[in-house]
Amino acid sequence: MSGQAHASHFESGARQADATLLGMWLFLASELLLFGGLFALYAAGRFENPSAFRQGVALAAKTVGSLNTGILLVSSSTVAVSVEFLRRDQRHASVICLLTTVLLGAAFLALKFSEYAEHFKAGIRPGGAGPFFATHATPGLALFWTLYFFSTGLHAVHVSIGLLLLGSTAWRVSQGAITSARLYSLQNVALYWHLIDLIWVFLWPLYYLA
Amino acid sequence: MTTVAQSPAASASGSYVTSQKTIRSWLLATDHKRIGVMYFVATSLALALGGLFALLLRIEHLTPGPTIVTALTYNRLFTLHGVTMVWLFMIPSIPAAFGNFLLPIQIGANEVAFPRLNLLSFWIYVVGAAVVLGAMWLGALDTGWTFYAPYSAQSPSAVVPTLIGIFIVGWSTILTGINFIVTTHTMRARGVDWMRLPLFTWALYGTSIIQVLATPVLGLSLLVVMCDHAFSWGLFDPTRGGDPVLYQHLFWFYSHPAVYIMILPAMGVVSEIVSTFAHKNPFSYEAIVYSTLGIAFVGFLTWGHHMFVAGMSSFDAGAFGVLSMLVAIFSAIKVYSWVATLFRGSIVMATPLLYVFGFLLLFMFGGMTGVAVATMSLDVHWHDTYFVVAHFHFVMVGGTLTAWLAALHYWFPKVTGKMYSERLGTLGFALVFGGFFATFVPQFLLGNGGMPRRYYNYPARFQTLHVASTLGSWVLAAGMLLTLGYLSLALVRGRGAGGNPWNSRCFEWRTQSPPSEKNFDGEPQLSLGAYDYTTPWRTVQRTQ
Repeated sequence: MSGQAHASHFESGARQADATLLGMWLFLASELLLFGGLFALYAAGRFENPSAFRQGVALAAKTVGSLNTGILLVSSSTVAVSVEFLRRDQRHASVICLLTTVLLGAAFLALKFSEYAEHFKAGIRPGGAGPFFATHATPGLALFWTLYFFSTGLHAVHVSIGLLLLGSTAWRVSQGAITSARLYSLQNVALYWHLIDLIWVFLWPLYYLA
Repeated sequence: MTTVAQSPAASASGSYVTSQKTIRSWLLATDHKRIGVMYFVATSLALALGGLFALLLRIEHLTPGPTIVTALTYNRLFTLHGVTMVWLFMIPSIPAAFGNFLLPIQIGANEVAFPRLNLLSFWIYVVGAAVVLGAMWLGALDTGWTFYAPYSAQSPSAVVPTLIGIFIVGWSTILTGINFIVTTHTMRARGVDWMRLPLFTWALYGTSIIQVLATPVLGLSLLVVMCDHAFSWGLFDPTRGGDPVLYQHLFWFYSHPAVYIMILPAMGVVSEIVSTFAHKNPFSYEAIVYSTLGIAFVGFLTWGHHMFVAGMSSFDAGAFGVLSMLVAIFSAIKVYSWVATLFRGSIVMATPLLYVFGFLLLFMFGGMTGVAVATMSLDVHWHDTYFVVAHFHFVMVGGTLTAWLAALHYWFPKVTGKMYSERLGTLGFALVFGGFFATFVPQFLLGNGGMPRRYYNYPARFQTLHVASTLGSWVLAAGMLLTLGYLSLALVRGRGAGGNPWNSRCFEWRTQSPPSEKNFDGEPQLSLGAYDYTTPWRTVQRTQ
């Protein structure tokens, strides 16, 4: 793209920015529907097995889960700040904010996997497998934990993809490949990260709090 | 009427076909027209394969007992037929092939918003299709195209590979949908306001919304089924606390809107052709636009009508029944609008219009029987019988496939610059239409008589109707083969079609055929409306 700020089939850079951001918003809508299916499964499961789901929530790792919520919320703000820095052409500060976001996301994953490890140790595995369910045969309890692993697992996959995107974007910003003229490239990654955060904000009360 | 208008003939600047000639320049093309053509070739191969499966199924039903295949092979064949036709042919057929080719031209743009993403969508489709079909060698799938749980979680056949393939194809659908919506929003030429968009573009827009919002739910349902099958998680397995009816809810939350992914583009094709061949503006442009959006919206609220016998309160069933009938109202608005467009038009008969007439009749049949099966008390009788099979084939084949053939004949000169034999076109239509009727009318009777769908054997009293249906399928196949033959012939040595053989006013006909790489030479001349047949063309050209 030598000497031209926007791709040749777009009338202007502003038009390209509009198009790219709209594309990301639509993609986020499809992501919401993806998780929407899981929320529907949860709603039906809880409606059919209210006490088993309460029992499951009581066993969830509240502290780690809540800590993770805090981590993700902070990471959302750091990525938002990174966008604002780049808008003002403060490349260095923008990269630092992005790297902070990556670190926070990695911390989230580390905590998440330690949580999985704890559950596995306690004999709780997806699909009602594991010794825990031999002693806790409440109907619906296995369903709760399977949904827990499925939902948070799918979320963790999204976090991992988000981390890859954030990392490569940080690299491109630091190399000057993404500047304030192409702010939308960073904005798009930030939007995606916010969605990941938003979905967690709903998973957290469903699986840890209530 | 002034229809002697001429649009630009092929200019000296070459076309998208001649600009580059290597195979690589096709396979890695970001030009939306080339991607559209590649989609056309790929989806047509899927159609041929799906058709072959159907022919085998019909041959199997020539006799009440075993005829040519075993019961297990029969189960695999009807599953493959459904999967291939739904995901590999019908969903991408009109939007991804014709839509890709025409959408940018119809809005006066030179590209889609994301050309490289477009190429990626195509290759994702190819990979997904290869995985789906490759799963045939791993044991195929015997669940039916709906993969109902809990059987799909236990079936010994190749559940996981097939579903992975469909999951991959879903990505292609979502990315194409996003691309089309963004293109329509941001790439319109100056003066092409929303209410001046060609109706095919509107149809693609409505379709794309469904593609973006419904497909992920299918993706999720398939993921869950895959986990249930691979790791026996039992989310849809009642013996482990799961709920199989939930699977049906999630599946139809996607798959009913998916029916409108298949029919809305077909309706867009019909709107274009009716106006062009009547040389008249649509009876009500607004009514067609709003009913398109209405179908796209209401389509999300009707899924429960697939589950009247799966355990549903009578209130829910009533609500889903009424919502489903709303779709019939929107569809009827369109049908009346098309017929009123034809009324007192300067009609020129040609193969595309013949297919549109076929569409109108068959779609009416399909739609009316749709109202019938949306009525709960009737559906209990017809559920899972050949009546339902005939109903949705009237909509899917009589609607979508007929419109696809109409589109193919209508835009063939646009895409290739060549003209086919009108006489063979008429003969092809007669075979397809007659063959279709002969195949599926007996199935209404079979279903009403109590013949369940997906059964390998049947009582001898059904044989006459089954044989009639099978014979019909051969006529239909002959019509398709004939069409393939004369279109291929036209491609090689058809006469030049000229820029605008139909004297259409729609935007895509205001550039040369086949279009140049950039679609329009210079600023596109779009100040005259796409359906304005009252202003003399020459006057407009002088003022521009």
